[in-house]
Amino acid sequence: MGGLLLGGCDALSRSEWFPKILRAGEVLSRRVQHAVTPRRSMAQEFTERDLSPTFRSNGTANPDDATYQAFAQAAFSDWQLQVDGLVEQPLGFSLEQLRAMRSRVQITRHDCVEGWSAIGKWKGVPLADVLTLVRPTSMARYVVFHCADPMDHAGTKYYESIDMEDAYHPQTILAYELNDASLPIANGAPLRVRIERQLGYKMAKYIMRVQLVDSYAGIGRGGGGYWEDRGYEWYAGI
Amino acid sequence: MLDAGPEATPKSDSTPRGYLYHRHALIVRITHWSNAIALAILLMSGLQIFNAHPSLSWGKSSYSNRAPIFETSAATAADGGTIGATRIFNHTFNTTGVLGLSRDGGRWVAKGFPSWITIPSFQWLAMARHWHFFFAWLLVINGCVYLTFSFFRHHVARDLIPTRSDWRSIGRSILDHVRFRHPTGAAAARYNVLQKLTYLAVIFVLLPLMILTGWAMSPRLDSALPGWVDFVGGRQSARTLHFVVAWTLVLFVLIHVFEVLISGVWNNLRSMITGRYEIAPGPGSREPM
Repeated sequence: MGGLLLGGCDALSRSEWFPKILRAGEVLSRRVQHAVTPRRSMAQEFTERDLSPTFRSNGTANPDDATYQAFAQAAFSDWQLQVDGLVEQPLGFSLEQLRAMRSRVQITRHDCVEGWSAIGKWKGVPLADVLTLVRPTSMARYVVFHCADPMDHAGTKYYESIDMEDAYHPQTILAYELNDASLPIANGAPLRVRIERQLGYKMAKYIMRVQLVDSYAGIGRGGGGYWEDRGYEWYAGI
Repeated sequence: MLDAGPEATPKSDSTPRGYLYHRHALIVRITHWSNAIALAILLMSGLQIFNAHPSLSWGKSSYSNRAPIFETSAATAADGGTIGATRIFNHTFNTTGVLGLSRDGGRWVAKGFPSWITIPSFQWLAMARHWHFFFAWLLVINGCVYLTFSFFRHHVARDLIPTRSDWRSIGRSILDHVRFRHPTGAAAARYNVLQKLTYLAVIFVLLPLMILTGWAMSPRLDSALPGWVDFVGGRQSARTLHFVVAWTLVLFVLIHVFEVLISGVWNNLRSMITGRYEIAPGPGSREPM
């Protein structure tokens, strides 16, 4: 009987219709999480004593991509972050330019969807400041991060998206330093985003391009991110 | 709702076989069974989620200078073979076949909990999360319905809070339970004192703790009041407590089902399905309690 029950749950999991019912819970979770926390609620910040001895690298540790490797060889000196899409002024930013902008330092906890957490000290430029320079149009609703790391044999590259609320959140930074050193390749060099009120998979590493869009339906399989296209929640607040 | 008295309905036949009375209100019966389903699915999908990182730590993060307090893994044995190993504090146990390494469709697979106790049975974190959060909401909504009903009908005050005489009889009640003796006659119409205390602990301590430690694992809800998670020892402590309280609830269910089985299984089951519970006849119940 137990086997029948489990087999039934597996069959339901694989069905077309049942996961759609289950995902009603996801809508409720997102709404309630937003209802009980202010738009600008701040993630907890820690002290140096809380730092994890080493910050775990998960997912890609070194992108298997010729263009990326060439940038890495030159210590990202000729790398540029492209910011475009629904903006009045598309711009490219060198690492040097990003480092010259106003920075924010935060010691925060990184919660992976798998269940582990690590605490790291990040330094980076607030995404809001970058957006101020490119001036998103009134059509822009989401910020999409296009990354350098291929995730499979087909060469699908990692991507993620967040809404404008998270994009302008004070703790949302494009980080170029981890624990007082240049961001290591294993953790996303030269640039990764920190979105501290969501799970780790939202915090794209190896960012090459930031695109403002009105909808992410046309990107990847339309789920808004590499893992979202494989069944994970777009809003990863729990 | 233990509603003796006005709703008591004597059985129609005249033999002194006792009588049926309305023991459980409809709302209690519905929330009881939907909770049973929700808790089973929450446990099994929760163990699938656990398998994505089969390790429990105490503190704010998983990577501090302290070792995990519970961990399963597939390890290499002295003879070169692979075994399932489970470490609790500083003690390591060979748990091959159950924890760390188990059979899945004839193959040996390195995984925390075995496939027969997880939903889905094979590794699929994203789907386990959908099951888990859907049924977590069902549990929360159920809890709200039950508590609203209970407070309006004074279910908690009338049926669950121990009376003064309950407290006085607690020693005897413990002895009765250890000897597997159960109240009969009119005394069986009410919950006994250990039963009351257990239900109160489950409803007002264990289940709220599950919800609270579940919330503590949410980075968004953590931001509601930055630092509140430290009150449960930090995020990874919350995950550990979530796991421990879940198994405490399993222990409760095992004892609960055992007590149901030995204290008149059909009568108990009927009362939780139709609401009607049969009280055995005779003024002198076998057990005074």
